Amino acid sequence: MLQTLDDTFLRLATLDRDVLAIAWLSLRVSMSAVGIGLALGVPAGAFLAVAAFPGRGGVVGLLNAFMGLPPVIVGLVLYLLLSRSGPFGSFGLLFTPTAMVAAQAVLATPLIAALTRQVIADSEAHLGEQLRSLGLSAPRRALALIHDTRFSLVTTALAAFGRAISEIGAVLVVGGNIDGHTRTMTTAISLETQKGDLSLALALGLVLMGIVIAVNGAAALLRGYAVRAFG
Amino acid sequence: MDLLRRRLVARGLAAALGLLGAVGSAAVLRAEPASIVVASTTSTEQSGLFKHLLPLFEAKSGIAVKVVALGTGQALDAARRGDADVVLVHDRPAEEKFLSEGFATKRQDVMYNDFVLVGPKSDPAGVKGHDVVAAFAKLGTAKAPFVSRGDRSGTHSAELRTWKEAGVDLAAAKGDWYRDVGQGMGPALNAASALNAYILADRGTWLSFKNRGELGIVVEGDKRLFNPYGVMLVNPGKHPTVKAKEGQAFIDWLVSPEGQAAIASYKIGGEQLFFPSAGK
Amino acid sequence: MPSLHLEDLVLCRNGTTILDGLTAMIPATGITALIGPNGAGKSITLRIIDGLIAPTRGRVRIVASAPVRRAFVFQRPALVRASALANVALALAPLRLSRAEREARARAALARVGLADRAGDPATRFSGGEQQRLALARAWAVEPGLLLADEPTANLDPAVTELVEALLAEMAARGTKVVLVSHNLGQVMRLAADVLVLAQGRAVEHGPARAILTAPQRPETRAYIAGELPWTSFAAVS
Repeated sequence: MLQTLDDTFLRLATLDRDVLAIAWLSLRVSMSAVGIGLALGVPAGAFLAVAAFPGRGGVVGLLNAFMGLPPVIVGLVLYLLLSRSGPFGSFGLLFTPTAMVAAQAVLATPLIAALTRQVIADSEAHLGEQLRSLGLSAPRRALALIHDTRFSLVTTALAAFGRAISEIGAVLVVGGNIDGHTRTMTTAISLETQKGDLSLALALGLVLMGIVIAVNGAAALLRGYAVRAFG
Repeated sequence: MDLLRRRLVARGLAAALGLLGAVGSAAVLRAEPASIVVASTTSTEQSGLFKHLLPLFEAKSGIAVKVVALGTGQALDAARRGDADVVLVHDRPAEEKFLSEGFATKRQDVMYNDFVLVGPKSDPAGVKGHDVVAAFAKLGTAKAPFVSRGDRSGTHSAELRTWKEAGVDLAAAKGDWYRDVGQGMGPALNAASALNAYILADRGTWLSFKNRGELGIVVEGDKRLFNPYGVMLVNPGKHPTVKAKEGQAFIDWLVSPEGQAAIASYKIGGEQLFFPSAGK
Repeated sequence: MPSLHLEDLVLCRNGTTILDGLTAMIPATGITALIGPNGAGKSITLRIIDGLIAPTRGRVRIVASAPVRRAFVFQRPALVRASALANVALALAPLRLSRAEREARARAALARVGLADRAGDPATRFSGGEQQRLALARAWAVEPGLLLADEPTANLDPAVTELVEALLAEMAARGTKVVLVSHNLGQVMRLAADVLVLAQGRAVEHGPARAILTAPQRPETRAYIAGELPWTSFAAVS
């Protein structure tokens, strides 16, 4: 154990450009997925918080359940859809970073939508009557509430990013862990573990944790500054 | 002043978001050079062979090779769905079936390595030697801890064949001693290392495996442990999306004197892992 | 200017009757005060007039020659986490103004409540008094035909209370019909032309402010003005 840790720090010091490329791919894929998740999930969550329609409770329940979608299942379903023999096979997306972005977006979107709905519903309890009395349409009210909760939504985005960058089930299945092409931090860690190179796996794990901490730290700083500037 | 500062921050935020979007679309739109997908086995990937071969081929041909490492069974299934252009696997009966189904029209020998029986260096079951069938018979009787891949891989097939030849009826003999891990070679070796169990492994993965613990080779050199690899181009008649020209170029290179020499020159710790066998 | 016809309003919630056949005709001009003890249904009535709550039965008719723009000032101002200017501008969003017009009107309203130099500051960091001034600026900016104010000065110090009262009076003088809920009888006397007294979900008395406050006719009104308690046992006394 101690020997492994010792080796880990040695390996950390000698990580090469390959590792940088893998880390950069992980970051790109997960950030793109979160970007898509925000574009789809925030409006969907805000709509669910603002609009009243029959069956809304059921949709919210389903959405909350979808937060726990198993990545492997998402990967498998996407694999079958994107496979050359599947309905979207003609796009040739299987084993590409695009497929990985799609898989992680599927994981991130319900998470973002469900958390957004909760955040906006809390804000709506405080502001809803006022906004309705201003005669604003439902989309406008949703927009105002998104604006009102924008700092809390940063946390939502971070939660989704954390889920995306740390998952392996989906990216492994649809990406194929191809060296130099679709190998991410998590699939690389898994591969090195399989090869029995535990110190390198651990070193890569530390890099991944470093990335997650750095992204969270940057978001916290940005958020802190924005809160001070914009209330 | 205050307002101005706020505007700057807002612009900064917008720029950051824009950058994020650009990065995302760059990931999606990045232009790709000509490339093929090779479905192969965990043993070739994890032994490091492809890392040695591919740069040589890519430099010569300009064709990028993307290797998806799966068990032999899964690799052939991926090819059946049209998700690979070339398969490089090591399970002769499964390869013959693939051919007879028409998913490929030709199989070529590329190389071979061999399996080794790995186990505790102290060899509690007393199986050391050069006869793998006799060793398996002893393991079955002693019910010595054994880890099986259990993933329809070529190695798994070879293990099942050997039990059969040793006259061990697995269905009846299975018990706590027989651990079916359902994973690739590396994870299975990790499990064997943790359990101090016997395991059938391909030599290449074993040589490059680092977490050996108390394990060592106990049986090797039996001709029944011979492990041939075959390469096939997926039939473009079944899947028109197959990149036949580039795929064939890769196969042609593998079986060419140059490719064969490259395979022979791959060594770990001075030991050769794969032996060229094209045209033999 | 609109007159309001409250026609037999009934509101039941979770088995309790909050409004119990409230009927009244609120005149088209000046400030009308709704008074009465807690639980009489004053705030609910304002919300029904604004359309925020649908009555179980009955209806509100707003009688006017043209559609009436409404504004609501709540006891506790609800502000969006944005600048003061943005909060006022948001209220103008349904008005289909040009961007420049919207900003000009919002700034004018802020100036009227003495917050011109705070336009860019985050509204949620304002003090309670400033927040209520901002809420009034928001109402002022839309130039409503009908202003509903629910205890707008309940939490304010005397100086801000004075400003709010001046604003309500000025809006009424400019032609806005104001319906004011207040427990501050001095304020009612200063501002209101007429007073509608509610008790237990019904209108018990309606008339000129001075007459009602100085010579109430109904025992419920007398009890409320005198601060007699407990109100609920009053029916037995009469």
